[in-house]
Amino acid sequence: MSKINIKIEGKPYQVDEGLTIIDAARNCGYEIPSLCDFNHGECNQGSCRVCLVEVKGMRSLVASCVHPVSEGMEISISSPKAAAARRTSVELLLSNHSVDCQQCDKNGRCELLHVAKLTGARPGMFQGEKTPVTVDELNPSIVRDTSKCILCGRCVARCKNAHGLGVLGFENRGFNAVVGPAGNRPFSKSPCILCGQCVSVCPTGALMLKSEIDKVDEAMALGRHVIVQTAPAVRAALGEEFGMKIGTPVTGKMVAALRRLGFEKVYDTDFGADLTIMEEGTELLNRMKNGGALPMITSCSPGWINFCETYYADQLEHLSSCKSPHQMQGAILKSYYAEKHGIDPKDIFVVSIMPCTAKKFEKERPQLVNKDGLKDVDAVLTTRELGDMIKRSGIVFNKLPDEDFDQDIMGEASGAGVIFGVTGGVMEAALRTVYYILTGKEHGAIAFTSVRGFDGIKEASIEIGGQIINVAVAHGMKNARVLMDEIREGKSKYQFIEIMGCPGGCINGGGQPYVRPVFLPNEDPDILDTYMQKRAAALYSEDQRNTLRQSHNNTQIQQLYKEFLGEPNSHKAHELLHTTYAGREPFRD
Amino acid sequence: MAHLSEAAVAKINEICDRYVSEKTPLIMILSDIQKEYGYIPLEVQEIVSERTGISVAEIYGVVTFYSFFSLKPNGKYVIGCCLGTACYVKGAQQVVDKFSEILGIKPGETTEDGLFTIDALRCIGACAIAPAVTINGKIYPHVAVSDVPKIVEEYRALGGAEA
Repeated sequence: MSKINIKIEGKPYQVDEGLTIIDAARNCGYEIPSLCDFNHGECNQGSCRVCLVEVKGMRSLVASCVHPVSEGMEISISSPKAAAARRTSVELLLSNHSVDCQQCDKNGRCELLHVAKLTGARPGMFQGEKTPVTVDELNPSIVRDTSKCILCGRCVARCKNAHGLGVLGFENRGFNAVVGPAGNRPFSKSPCILCGQCVSVCPTGALMLKSEIDKVDEAMALGRHVIVQTAPAVRAALGEEFGMKIGTPVTGKMVAALRRLGFEKVYDTDFGADLTIMEEGTELLNRMKNGGALPMITSCSPGWINFCETYYADQLEHLSSCKSPHQMQGAILKSYYAEKHGIDPKDIFVVSIMPCTAKKFEKERPQLVNKDGLKDVDAVLTTRELGDMIKRSGIVFNKLPDEDFDQDIMGEASGAGVIFGVTGGVMEAALRTVYYILTGKEHGAIAFTSVRGFDGIKEASIEIGGQIINVAVAHGMKNARVLMDEIREGKSKYQFIEIMGCPGGCINGGGQPYVRPVFLPNEDPDILDTYMQKRAAALYSEDQRNTLRQSHNNTQIQQLYKEFLGEPNSHKAHELLHTTYAGREPFRD
Repeated sequence: MAHLSEAAVAKINEICDRYVSEKTPLIMILSDIQKEYGYIPLEVQEIVSERTGISVAEIYGVVTFYSFFSLKPNGKYVIGCCLGTACYVKGAQQVVDKFSEILGIKPGETTEDGLFTIDALRCIGACAIAPAVTINGKIYPHVAVSDVPKIVEEYRALGGAEA
């Protein structure tokens, strides 16, 4: 790319042609305040007007996030005219904003508050009418409060980029403009899959997850037997809530914190993941042997399940009937564990710590209530909520010792379960076990590297015991659609497909800590390009350190089958560990 | 969601297919649908979305941005009241208010019997005859508040019959 000469505050710089002013300035060491500009222009509509700068010779100030640099351009960020205009922009945004900042869950992570401070916005500069407000709290996962929306469009862009078919959009015009699902309808009546990616990018408190901390408090106060389980992706990101570098694994400290929070038992959902592999691997082999629907598609990601039920209701037979790992584990806790410990299942309260907002919805599915009317899982907290709970309790997380998960009954977990947290991980874990079942020996290399990495669609052909198994992995619904359309047209060449709702898989779930460069001064400037790799690396290294790397070698899983379930896909296993799906209309009244 | 007749679905798909070679066909498709049916409800937007790959949210955004498009069917008689500058200073606001009072609806709304819709328009370019009102293309010049009951009665008398 050719270089051009510009000046910022009178100093000469050479920058790449074609960059926007804001990106060029960033490369020269300047951070221009902005709200709607995000992730290398994933969203930059020039809509927030917070990034205004003065350019010599231009009649008016320009929005630096959309205006490209040109040869000889002289830019001033600090000119009094530009600084005053930026301040006015923020004051105008605040004038139509519900300013209950103390109580807002974004307190401390709010980018609007951040730019208000940066620009020196003054209180009460513009007073008058406010846009009519919509608050949608009807679904179990996400809360939308338009009184805090600044119409930046970041959520609109993310929803469209991640899933190809945007659920969120702008509607109406001028003062009445809002961002929401079509018709400003609640998420629960829209095709939203509740993945929470919009929550991950919202700069203010307009899109938030729905907290369930109170539910957990209540269960503890009532003296219920409260058990917690943690998904693999949580350990790769929880440290970020406490200022640790992205990619720092904190498994031991997380367990120590959970124990100090008063949970009776602290288990690893990786056990549930190992169980899933046993059930799902067996299901796949049965389908291949008995002419069942192929390709079979994984069912661990509730965002993906929501998508499939909405857009591919005619293809539900391809979904594995396996419950997701934490639901399986919940079901085992309320049966086998209860029996073993002589506890009434009604007294058990299962909390799942998940990187995911859709899991909050999943646990409420009527298909996941057992014959006694008990849910497999009673509450789902996201990684961020766990961070909040730890901070609230006065625990100094960074100084905690490393502790181990509880070891009884479901204390053992394989490295195969750990990598469930990243795109390709479920596939790799399944292949390790399928290889063993078909050949009677372990796959020499253990790792199936062809399904690793962040390409939108990954595929591999693997020869196992004389037969070729074609597999594919997709993450983000945009990529899932490609594979699903092939299936619908009868052109799919695969036997087994892994699909995860969020781009990158669970490590980038909607419940994970926010990655906002403005609040991460100690991370690399390109952190938005690398954070997923860093979190994934934390999981792959934990798998590598583990002496147990295959689900079928988990002795407690073997014990569970011997004592309780019989064999994979047995009648009892079906009753406890498998589920059903139902199609739904995208827009429901 | 209510479902559309097969004929309507076929028609909407046909309209979408008119513009397959266009880079940005949405406004043209919506204009044709608006002309054909008089409104563009969500069910229709879903079909356009499926056909074009443009999200329903985006289509809904366009439909609600331009006042030319409508989400609900208009009444048989659309009373377009010009509120442009010239008409406004000649008392157009009072004329609109009178229509609202008699019909019991606000601008943008339709009477329950489906007979009337009041549409508040910006300048229609008829400043010389301000304040101007148009009803289904027929222009009423120099409308005074006292003329309004008579105009409404004229169309009520026609009722469901063609104007």
